[in-house]
Amino acid sequence: MTTATSFHLNGAPVTLDAPENEPLLYALRNRLQLKATHFGCGLEQCGACVVDVDGAPAYACTLPVSAVAGKVVTTAEMLARDSIGLALMAAFEAECAGQCGYCLSGIMMSAFSLLKRDRHPDRATIVAALDRHLCRCGAHGGILRAVERAAAEIGAAGALGAPG
Amino acid sequence: MTANALPRSLLDSPILGQWISFDRPGRIAIYSGKVELGQGIATALSQIVAEELDVALGRIDAQATDTDRSPNEGFTAGSQSVEMSGAALRLAAAQARDALLKTAAVQLDAAISGLTCQDGTILLHGTATDLDFWSLARLVDWQQPVTGQIAVKSIASHRLVGTSQPRSDMRIKLSRGGFIQDMVLDGMVHARVVRQPFRLACLAHVDADWLARRYPDVATLRTQDFLALLGDDEYRVHCAHAEADSFVAWQKVDGLWQPPLAPDVQHAVLGIITTPVPSARRISARYSRAHIAHASIGPSCALALYDGGRLTIWSHSQGVFALRDTIAKCLSLEPAAVRVIHMAGAGCYGHNGADDAALDAAIIAMARQGRPVRVQWSRQDELSRAPLGAAMSAEIDAAVDTDGRIAAWKFSVLSPPHAQRPGTGGYINLTSAEALDATRLPSKIADLPDAAGGGASRNAAAIYDLAHQDISIRLDTHSPVRTSSLRSLGAHLNVFAIESAMDELADLADADPLDFRLRHLADRRCRTVLIGAAEMSKWPGRQQAGTGRAMGLAVARYKNKGAWLAAVADVSVDEVVSVERLWLCVDAGLLVNPAGARNQIEGGAIQATSWTLKEGIELENGHVPMMDWQSYPILTFAEVPEIETRFIVDPSHPPLGAGEAAQGPVAAAIGNAASRALGVRLRDLPLTRDRLLGLLTGA
Repeated sequence: MTTATSFHLNGAPVTLDAPENEPLLYALRNRLQLKATHFGCGLEQCGACVVDVDGAPAYACTLPVSAVAGKVVTTAEMLARDSIGLALMAAFEAECAGQCGYCLSGIMMSAFSLLKRDRHPDRATIVAALDRHLCRCGAHGGILRAVERAAAEIGAAGALGAPG
Repeated sequence: MTANALPRSLLDSPILGQWISFDRPGRIAIYSGKVELGQGIATALSQIVAEELDVALGRIDAQATDTDRSPNEGFTAGSQSVEMSGAALRLAAAQARDALLKTAAVQLDAAISGLTCQDGTILLHGTATDLDFWSLARLVDWQQPVTGQIAVKSIASHRLVGTSQPRSDMRIKLSRGGFIQDMVLDGMVHARVVRQPFRLACLAHVDADWLARRYPDVATLRTQDFLALLGDDEYRVHCAHAEADSFVAWQKVDGLWQPPLAPDVQHAVLGIITTPVPSARRISARYSRAHIAHASIGPSCALALYDGGRLTIWSHSQGVFALRDTIAKCLSLEPAAVRVIHMAGAGCYGHNGADDAALDAAIIAMARQGRPVRVQWSRQDELSRAPLGAAMSAEIDAAVDTDGRIAAWKFSVLSPPHAQRPGTGGYINLTSAEALDATRLPSKIADLPDAAGGGASRNAAAIYDLAHQDISIRLDTHSPVRTSSLRSLGAHLNVFAIESAMDELADLADADPLDFRLRHLADRRCRTVLIGAAEMSKWPGRQQAGTGRAMGLAVARYKNKGAWLAAVADVSVDEVVSVERLWLCVDAGLLVNPAGARNQIEGGAIQATSWTLKEGIELENGHVPMMDWQSYPILTFAEVPEIETRFIVDPSHPPLGAGEAAQGPVAAAIGNAASRALGVRLRDLPLTRDRLLGLLTGA
């Protein structure tokens, strides 16, 4: 009962044989061994599984693989190979943002989606973009500062004409 | 050269090579019995060792705690890791450096006074030699005991300890996944356990036909009331587990499981009993909190493999040695036949489901010899079937005299136990052990003894100068719910109660809550943090009640022997209580990693805010209901307060754990602010909308 689904994943085309209703989360983790996207609830309630689909954050825990056919999917594994992703990673490190780190890959993907479409988000916009995510360690302050820092650095680089 | 007092960890595990090794060229492996829980302990311990060895921080590899290799330092709990393991590793590293230099002196036929080391290489009179730690390490006797006789570096000479360092484990966790949930073993089978809905529930029926029709690729493993679902495809097993109600029937039993023993009462009177001053100005109040869930973002997980007569378990447990011994006992194995290796899980704040998941995996692995097993808990089981932080209450009878001083103080706590960890009291205390054999339920309930920091009694003694304190701790042994250690244990509610009562008494004395506290407070470091937090927040003094917005303050010293923390909360109340800002002033002694300490303090403060405003489990007929994030909400990004933190640092004071210091003071500061804003005293946590409405309408 498996179906072949083709989509773009982290910059390369991929074709996956998976049951139609299998969520992207399980396909990423168990068929492709991409473990940065995490299981937290399976209910679209915590955001640990968030990935970017066609420029918008999406819950991988419920999104069927078949629904991403022909789409562009980006996961946290891509952060180190993208200028916005690198700016985010550097900013999170500089702010010592996060505590256990389990929720961070999903949070960073929401921040990634945000910064792709808005280079100058204010604090309220960042809070709104991250409000679908839960963090139990209480690392919210450092996380918000890190996204602000990444935005400032990307904005500054953009003002200098560097590629975004 | 002065001898350093040996910490407990070194008395238990004195061999130098147990703590440190130079086996890999250019690398230094350190072994600790304290595990990484997301609190950043691996980074802090690495800083301490790199400091003593004069090497770059990047050379240190903090090894996962492994019962086959690591020193046994008990549970990673009670904010003890930097104090205990840090002290042990500091002495071990200092002795390793000394032994390496002495060996170099022999090799070079030089006086040791002419030798120095720089990032692992040996210098003679400042000139490089061809010797380094790794070539010399082969000549050192690593079986020597750590004596504590070797001088450690002076605080003034520190270049790493006391500086903020990014977490060494974070990059891999972000980009590739470094959690136990991400671990893969060749050929592993995926498993889910269908948990008992309540203690003593009997597995009445499993409809194997239904399962075979819907999930032909999912197998069952049943022993007594233990039921696991197994398969090669994780999502299929996940789905079958989510539909368990369709094919599993539990037998209802009359009544609830009741622990059989009568409650213990622990009674202490501190100071001299004086006859309480007769006074109209007295309070008699009861404060409470409901059960609280650990609510980690990553549900519990474990892997296990039984092969060649040896059971290996990977677990995010807080205490791998106790877990090894307990699982061995439960499965009738020799402890030596069981090995537990720690793997990081998501944030851990106490005795959560990690140990239970480890036994789940072990039971299945024993039945599937040679096959690795991975058990993953569901979100609902993580919130509802793991041990809970204990619901408790505290009553205070107190009075102020005509001089505005506290003249009587009686404090009575009622609480279920805060420590039912694997092995506590000689019991297994793991949920699947009860499913395998109902006689394994504990027959006597006890709490953590005061020598170990106390459970319900933690911070039951007020830090104030009171002529006497009459304190009694009553252990509630009638809770059918499994309660165990959650961040700060009883200190959360005890400090909330004491600090709420201090505000109530200040009102009776017509005093500013800050002045009222200071007039009863001689502890210098406590006064410093309290005054510090007041300054930071521009404390307004006595405030008018009932305006809808107010500030509240509170202070405590964690365990009355750890870190001091004062909190001021700025709170607004309309239909809900909102915490706008928090100011925290902390004295945790020397900070090994200030950024890590700030994360621990502010993270604790946000978690305490969440507990205080939103968290409390209402039992249904004595049972814990199945919950998810909708029925058990926690604080969101939009709800977190702005936090400003100031550390009072005198480097001559030894480091004190910071992870639990905020829980009580933040809860009390919020409670005091909200009560002032509302003009009604709030004594029961959480301060939810329903609770407020109930209070205001007299319901």
